Amino acid sequence: MHEMSIALSVIEVVVDKAREEGGGRVTGIELVVGKLAGVQVESLRFCFDAATRDTLADGAELLIEESEGRGRCEACGERFAVTNFFARCPACGQFRVTVESGQELAVRSFTIE
Amino acid sequence: MCDTCGCSGDGGAVLRKPGVKGYHVHVGDEGGHHHHHEHSHDHHHGEVRKVQMEQDVLLQNNLLAERNRGWFEARRVLALNFLSSPGSGKTSILEKTIPALLEQCPVTVIEGDQQTTNDADRIDALGVPVIQVNTGTGCHLDAQMVQRAVKELDPPERSLVCIENVGNLVCPALFDLGEAAKVVVISVTEGEDKPLKYPTMFHEADLCLLNKTDLLPHVDFDPAKCREYAMQVNHHLEWIELSARTGEGFDEWIAWLNSKIAAL
Ligand SMILES: Nc1nc2c(ncn2[C@@H]2O[C@H](COP(=O)(O)OP(=O)(O)OP(=O)(O)O)[C@@H](O)[C@H]2O)c(=O)[nH]1
Ligand SMILES: [Mg+2]
Ligand SMILES: [Zn+2]
Repeated sequence: MHEMSIALSVIEVVVDKAREEGGGRVTGIELVVGKLAGVQVESLRFCFDAATRDTLADGAELLIEESEGRGRCEACGERFAVTNFFARCPACGQFRVTVESGQELAVRSFTIE
Repeated sequence: MCDTCGCSGDGGAVLRKPGVKGYHVHVGDEGGHHHHHEHSHDHHHGEVRKVQMEQDVLLQNNLLAERNRGWFEARRVLALNFLSSPGSGKTSILEKTIPALLEQCPVTVIEGDQQTTNDADRIDALGVPVIQVNTGTGCHLDAQMVQRAVKELDPPERSLVCIENVGNLVCPALFDLGEAAKVVVISVTEGEDKPLKYPTMFHEADLCLLNKTDLLPHVDFDPAKCREYAMQVNHHLEWIELSARTGEGFDEWIAWLNSKIAAL
C-alpha cells in the first residue's frame, strides 16, 4: 500500500515547513490529488492518522481536493476531460490521448497554530 | 524489528548480499527521515495561520531519483526498472538475459522483495554482483533504497543495472528510481485486460514484455487483444513477446537491450 508512504511523505514535507515557520501545531492539511495520480483517496485518509501520530501534525484535519483529468488527442488535437489513461477521443474516436493534467499529488497548504 | 541484529528498523528497508553472512545495511540509517516525537513549544496559542506550499508530495523521491539518473548517465550505466505482478517472470527473464549479455557488457542487479534473498540467490548463481533490498512492509522500491544499493554495488562504467522491483502492479508505478526505462512484464496466465486494470503502471512503462508465450496453447489468452489494451493506455509503449522457459522472442529482447547499450 503506497498510500502509507505517501501519507508519510506528506507529513514529512509539512512538518519540515512547519518547523521553519516556528514549530507550532499543524491543525489542517490541504492536498490536491489528481484523479489520475494513482492514489486512492480513501486509503490515503485511512493512513493519514497513523502517519501523523506523535508529529507536529497529530490530530490535523485532512482536506483533499480531487482534481479532474484533462487530455489532448495526439491525432486531432481535441482537448477533453479524461477519467483514465485509456480515454477515447470524443472528436475522432482514437485512443491517442496525452494526459495534460490530473496526475497532481501536492500539498497545497496547511494551517498552523 | 530487524531479524539480523535485533534493532528496531521501524519497518525500513534492509540491504543483503547472498553468501555474505551477517551483511545487512539499514537504508536511511545515515541522515534518514525518521519521525521524532515533537514537542511544540514557544508558539502563540490560539492564532491559526495558513501556510501556502504547492509542493509535490513526491518531490523528495523525485529529486533523489534525478540524482541517481545523473549518476547513471555520467557513468554511462543503463539502469532498467523491471515491474510486474508477483510471479510474472521477472527473475526468470533476468536469469536468461544476463548470460546472453555478459560478453559485451557487465551486468549488476538490485533485487527488491519484501522478504527473503531467494531472488538474489538465483542471480548470485549466475556469478554477477547482486544486492537484495528487503523492503519489509514496503510494497515498492524508492529512490533512496536504490541510491544506497548502487553505492554498495558500485557498477562499472558502460554496464547494465537491472532493478527488479517488488512484485506489484500498483505502488511501484509512482516511484521514480532514476532508471532509463521501465520494463513492465505480464504473462499469458494473467488476464489480457491487465493493462486496463492497472493503467497507471502501463502508462508509465516504456516497454512491455509479454512472458510465458510457451503456455499460449494451453490458456485462453489473446496477445493481440492484450497489446491493443496496453496501447490504448500508452500509445508509446514498445512491445515484445517472449518465453523465459524456451527462449522464444529473446532475440528481439536482446537486440532491444543492445541498442540501448550501444547508445550509452
Ligand atoms: N511456463 C513458463 N513458466 C515461467 C516462465 N517464466 C517464468 N515462469 C515460471 O513462473 C514462476 C515465477 O517466475 P519468477 O521469475 O520467479 O517471477 P517473478 O516475477 O520474479 O516473481 P516475484 O519476484 O515473486 O514477483 C516460476 O515458477 C517460473 O518458473 C515462462 O516463460 N514460461
Ligand atoms: Mg522475482
Ligand atoms: Zn482526436
